Amino acid sequence: MTFSTDSKALFNGLKSRLFNELRSGEELNLNLNAEDTLFVRLNNARVRQNTQVEQRRLEMIFQQGQRRFTLQTDLTGHLESDTDLCRSLLERARIETATLPEDPGVTPFVNRGTSQNIEDARELNFDEVITTLQKSGEGTDLTGLLASGPQVRANANSKGQDHWFSTRSFFLDYSLFTVNESKENKAVKSTYADKEWSTEQFLNNLTFAKNQLALLKRPSRDFKPGDTRVYLAPSAVNELIQMMGWGALSYASYKKGQSAFAKMVDQGAKLSPLFTLRENFDLGLTTPFNSLGEVPPRQVNLIQAGELKQLLVSSRSAHQYGVESNGADSNSWGEEAPRSLELMPGKLAAKDALKQLKNGLYLSNLHYCNWSDVQTARVTGMTRYACFLVENGEIVAPIKDLRFDVSLLNIFGSELEAVTSESHIQPETDTYSQRSLGGKKLPGLLINKFTFTL
Amino acid sequence: MQPLPIRPQTLAFDPVNALKWVRGTADWVGLRFVQEAQQSRGIRNQKPETQNYALERGVQIEVLIDGHLGYASTSDLTEAGLKRAATRAAQLSKKAAASKVFTFTPDLRPQAVGKYMSPVVQSPDELTLQEFISFLIEASRRLKVSDDIVNAAADVMFTETHQHVVSTSGTDFAQDFLLWTTNFTATAQRGGETQRRSLNGPVARCVQGGAEILDREFLLRECETVGRQALELLAAENCPTGKMDLILAPDQMLLQIHESIGHPLELDRILGDERNYAGWSFVKPADFGSLKYGSSIMNVTFDPSPKGEFASYGFDDCGNPARREYLIENGILVRGLGSLESQKRSGLPGVANFRSSSWNRAPIDRMANINLEPGETPLEDMISSVKDGVYMEANSSWSIDDYRNKFQFGCEYGRRIQDGKLTHVVKNPNYRGVTVPFWRGLQAVGRAQEVGQFGSPYCGKGEPSQVIRVGHSSPPCLFSQVEVFGGGQ
Repeated sequence: MTFSTDSKALFNGLKSRLFNELRSGEELNLNLNAEDTLFVRLNNARVRQNTQVEQRRLEMIFQQGQRRFTLQTDLTGHLESDTDLCRSLLERARIETATLPEDPGVTPFVNRGTSQNIEDARELNFDEVITTLQKSGEGTDLTGLLASGPQVRANANSKGQDHWFSTRSFFLDYSLFTVNESKENKAVKSTYADKEWSTEQFLNNLTFAKNQLALLKRPSRDFKPGDTRVYLAPSAVNELIQMMGWGALSYASYKKGQSAFAKMVDQGAKLSPLFTLRENFDLGLTTPFNSLGEVPPRQVNLIQAGELKQLLVSSRSAHQYGVESNGADSNSWGEEAPRSLELMPGKLAAKDALKQLKNGLYLSNLHYCNWSDVQTARVTGMTRYACFLVENGEIVAPIKDLRFDVSLLNIFGSELEAVTSESHIQPETDTYSQRSLGGKKLPGLLINKFTFTL
Repeated sequence: MQPLPIRPQTLAFDPVNALKWVRGTADWVGLRFVQEAQQSRGIRNQKPETQNYALERGVQIEVLIDGHLGYASTSDLTEAGLKRAATRAAQLSKKAAASKVFTFTPDLRPQAVGKYMSPVVQSPDELTLQEFISFLIEASRRLKVSDDIVNAAADVMFTETHQHVVSTSGTDFAQDFLLWTTNFTATAQRGGETQRRSLNGPVARCVQGGAEILDREFLLRECETVGRQALELLAAENCPTGKMDLILAPDQMLLQIHESIGHPLELDRILGDERNYAGWSFVKPADFGSLKYGSSIMNVTFDPSPKGEFASYGFDDCGNPARREYLIENGILVRGLGSLESQKRSGLPGVANFRSSSWNRAPIDRMANINLEPGETPLEDMISSVKDGVYMEANSSWSIDDYRNKFQFGCEYGRRIQDGKLTHVVKNPNYRGVTVPFWRGLQAVGRAQEVGQFGSPYCGKGEPSQVIRVGHSSPPCLFSQVEVFGGGQ
């Protein structure tokens, strides 16, 4: 038995027992999020902390008519004691729904079918990886996180719907550090992620990062805040696109007055014709089903050639506001967030990006973005890692960190000059509470005017 | 009538007995049991939105092998489950020890015996589910003072946490926390303009205590004020742009302290553990005892003792008894936020702050309550001293670089200060600066009776990542010549 098969047996046992306990008019939706993950935290290519985490978390969404109560619990992995625990939670859910007023966002559960997606891979060899990291990382001050192991996402409801997704994968999210000729700390960031570890592939990844580190050893040049041309590498684009998950693309957020794209909905504001954004579940980065087991279309066009086609709409928002759902998931505040975004590539060859930039800044990464004014889609944040001054199409020097404050409506609108023809997968490496699934596929962007303030 | 707290049928678990199952696994073994029950209750426009209950329950086994500390976490609380976790912790840690970052010794896990409990006047069991839900619906109704209020949200997060730590060196301490986070927000919309106003900022009201902390009549009156202020903001002019004096209310000082004092002083950041994620720090080890962090009226403490403050506790996760310590005294940096491990690695003075979010994450250096000590200047005297400035309340936006230097923060609500008087309301108030010059510009600190006690349930950090609860108290403060600005493109 493996972690995944054990988890499946437990989930099957619980769902059959719990669905069997339901009374007339009661509905139940179950989600299992489980993982058995090895986390290794690295500092200077040495182990700071190693933690093995075996966890199985069950979510129970209980409904009675227009009333809903959601429960989550850690499971022990033993069917009898977990059944007792879930039964007692079910009892409380009955009391809650008898007490709560009606919720206008509640829709009856339906059977949207079944699916099974099982991917397995060879377990990561801890000794081999640690030895490789220590040897190859020597002299580079390699710091970061290795996470590896099986992950499970399962969904079932009392109407017969049944989805299973299990996978095994790893990621190594790391930075290399150096001190440059100006005596400043400089760093480059990289991620190596796959199903199975290959030392050869990791060393290729590391060599690429080391080459960038060499450029950072040059003396830094001051760059005065103001407007300039920039090239955003895909990892920098990732930080800005991430903001679209903070309400911008959510229909519920729009209705609450908290969408940064309200002007695109209400006033017909448009982005650049070069900007096309969609949810693309064919990227295979996450489960095909959401937390209610709904299966969205494989592609959901959100912004087509600069024009907003639709916001993300969950079945909750659809019911509440009388619009059509596009299978989006909604979080516990009822707001939708993208799960597998793809920004469509353009025509600029990445190798020509610096040449077309000519003079300006090359930004590999951005950091700590936040809305500075939601109503105008204005975002502030910092440059981070490998960021360079470019003159006459050549990298001439690393820069000191700069703060920017820009409107997405501008930089993805009239100021967007070109989009690279190559795109890169940016895997989700979030580990709050559990390892995330998902990610994005993004190209690089050439921006004519980007505003730095500090 | 059903009481608010939920008591599910869980498998019995005794950490003291469980330690016997795993004590032979390594040179030293610790066991940390965490059970946390959290209710998230949200009413929006007088209808239910979030009605959640989440139970986290599990154990983290910690082993010391060949000078290396490693962990394994499990929610399987049977004897077999814990033995498996202990074996995995030991096997992995033995392998990792060959590449360990530092050689640790058992004295970093002092024997700790005792109890901590949140201060409770009225048991939450006296609060019924029915009256609690009715209160939230009424709060949402009071927030909606006009049809221009499109979103009236009343949210309460109620958390009961039990932690019990035992070890082979005789540690046996238990801590029980009752934690409340409230958010009452009104969003107003008219003619393409949208403004949001809340009670001290979303989730800033964080406190430990019993049902008495929900002073319902008082809160309902405050909700009406919030609704009216949201409308005021709709009609307000933008915050001006320019360098001017700035007074920050305690509900914004919480964020200023958190981002520009708390994080840069974390010793694990200074030691580089966090460089791949949250970042490093501009603070260098040599700065302790000498760096003039701020003006001479700046005094900052790590203080896990104030009654009811959100991150008060008795022991950190490695059993270090929590004590109040000065971090910055008369403007000089004197101590870092570092656990016994970080203190040993860096040779710097630290505090009891080795904390984890739950049973499934290893402890790291965290903030607890980081407080700006009160001064002597009444708020009204501060205002009188300003010829041209802005007063800002309640955080709405935050961003700072990975060394904790260049920050930009936004607030919900501002008032102009002109010729020593508070004048009209301004919307979208923002400001930016650089940490040390900003704090050196601290001109006045409010009095003890003006201190506001706030916090956050969501301080994110670490690899793997985890959130922790923090508390911050401060009086209002005056800063000179800060770059302020408003919204718009």
